[in-house]
Amino acid sequence: MTFTIPIENGDAVKIAEAESQRTLYPYVTGTSIVAIKYKDGVLMASDMGGSYGSTLRYKNIERMKAIGKHSLLGASGEISDFQEILRYLDELTLNDNMWDDGNSLGPKEIHNYLTRVMYNRRNKFNPLWNTLVLGGVKNGKSYLGMVSMIGVSFEDDHVATGFGNHLARPILRDEWHADLSFEDGVKLLEKCMRVLLYRDRSAINKLQIAKITEEGVTVSQPYSLKTFWEYSSFHNPTASAEGSW
Amino acid sequence: MTKQHANWSPYDNNGGTCVAIAGSDYCVIAADTRMSTGYSILSRDYSKIHKLADKAVLSSSGFQADVKALQKVLKSRHLIYQHQHNKQMSCPAMAQLLSNTLYFKRFFPYYAFNVLGGLDEEGKGCVFTYDAVGSYERVGYGAQGSGSTLIMPFLDNQLKSPSPLLLPKQDSNTPLSEAEAVDLVKTVFASATERDIYTGDKLEIMILKADGIKTELMDLRKD
Repeated sequence: MTFTIPIENGDAVKIAEAESQRTLYPYVTGTSIVAIKYKDGVLMASDMGGSYGSTLRYKNIERMKAIGKHSLLGASGEISDFQEILRYLDELTLNDNMWDDGNSLGPKEIHNYLTRVMYNRRNKFNPLWNTLVLGGVKNGKSYLGMVSMIGVSFEDDHVATGFGNHLARPILRDEWHADLSFEDGVKLLEKCMRVLLYRDRSAINKLQIAKITEEGVTVSQPYSLKTFWEYSSFHNPTASAEGSW
Repeated sequence: MTKQHANWSPYDNNGGTCVAIAGSDYCVIAADTRMSTGYSILSRDYSKIHKLADKAVLSSSGFQADVKALQKVLKSRHLIYQHQHNKQMSCPAMAQLLSNTLYFKRFFPYYAFNVLGGLDEEGKGCVFTYDAVGSYERVGYGAQGSGSTLIMPFLDNQLKSPSPLLLPKQDSNTPLSEAEAVDLVKTVFASATERDIYTGDKLEIMILKADGIKTELMDLRKD
């Protein structure tokens, strides 16, 4: 559905200029983020790719960043908009720090703030082209939520963006349970990331897993998953279709 | 150069169904807990029912971001009202506020399909049904959302509400007991879940009476 806004001729030039400054489509994009709650907090996984359309242009983009002491933000979609969101959050956490009253913003507050920001930009027809995942732990309570580019938000025990919603979420619905150990959580996330690696063309085999607990946020060093390509059908793929190539 | 059109839509339908039935001294408000987008399920446990005041409970389906923003506006307006009038808003008052709030955005609507339920000033159940731009009417029962077309005809058949065109105006509240009304709600949702892909997972039922609010959860089919 397209939505057109009527403009009068007097302001045509000014408004035309303003129009050209609105987001029309994303340029450099990150693919899925997958995150789960586990025994001690939240685990989040993302690959390090930044695609420029169908080109895999950047292979060292960190799409997960710690926010304050209690939260971790992962983003898929337009990378430059993600960087802008990090700037907004910097300002937010800085101002919160300046009160110097011992209070710190928890994941629920950050999630709410992000939801309002995304919704507001959507109202002005100039969206931040991201789907964000916000995870964190504060006062022993784990929190995991998601916000889309038009402001739809919710929280759940496991979330995934983009292709992850279609490929990873079913695996998580089947195999996630409360109080997963760290090792089991990582194994589950790796299972999801492996499926995405096989089936999402914008995924690359260089991923990071981030952990957030009451103690704080740690983002792992990048590593790659083991894949298997020696299926016999791959050896002679046209065996059952003579004449094709 | 022709004007560029956006290739994204500011709206999305996150699905779900809401129902409310007004009784002689109670009101039942029910909604499923599934939140979807396109053919994916985002959450199986998302509540669409929100208490605005002691005697007014709102249930909305449609575009979830607009629903959340609408709730925030109504909640803050209610707080101001309480500061100014030193009392809670009545359900008919909240009904008018909701209508005005929706019409305020007549030219960029809240994509929210609302059913407001509660108790009126006499303690009788009341249900108000809305469209996306604020047109509203007090009724004996209402259904909105993706499963409303499946549920409404059945409620018409079972509750046999008198025509609103008759004069003198007849009472549209159902004579059913609270337990019978809750049973009816469970039945309609189980049926709607069979045929509407956006309805399912769990059913949340809120029963509003003069002495308080009771909540009940029932499982629905998850497919």
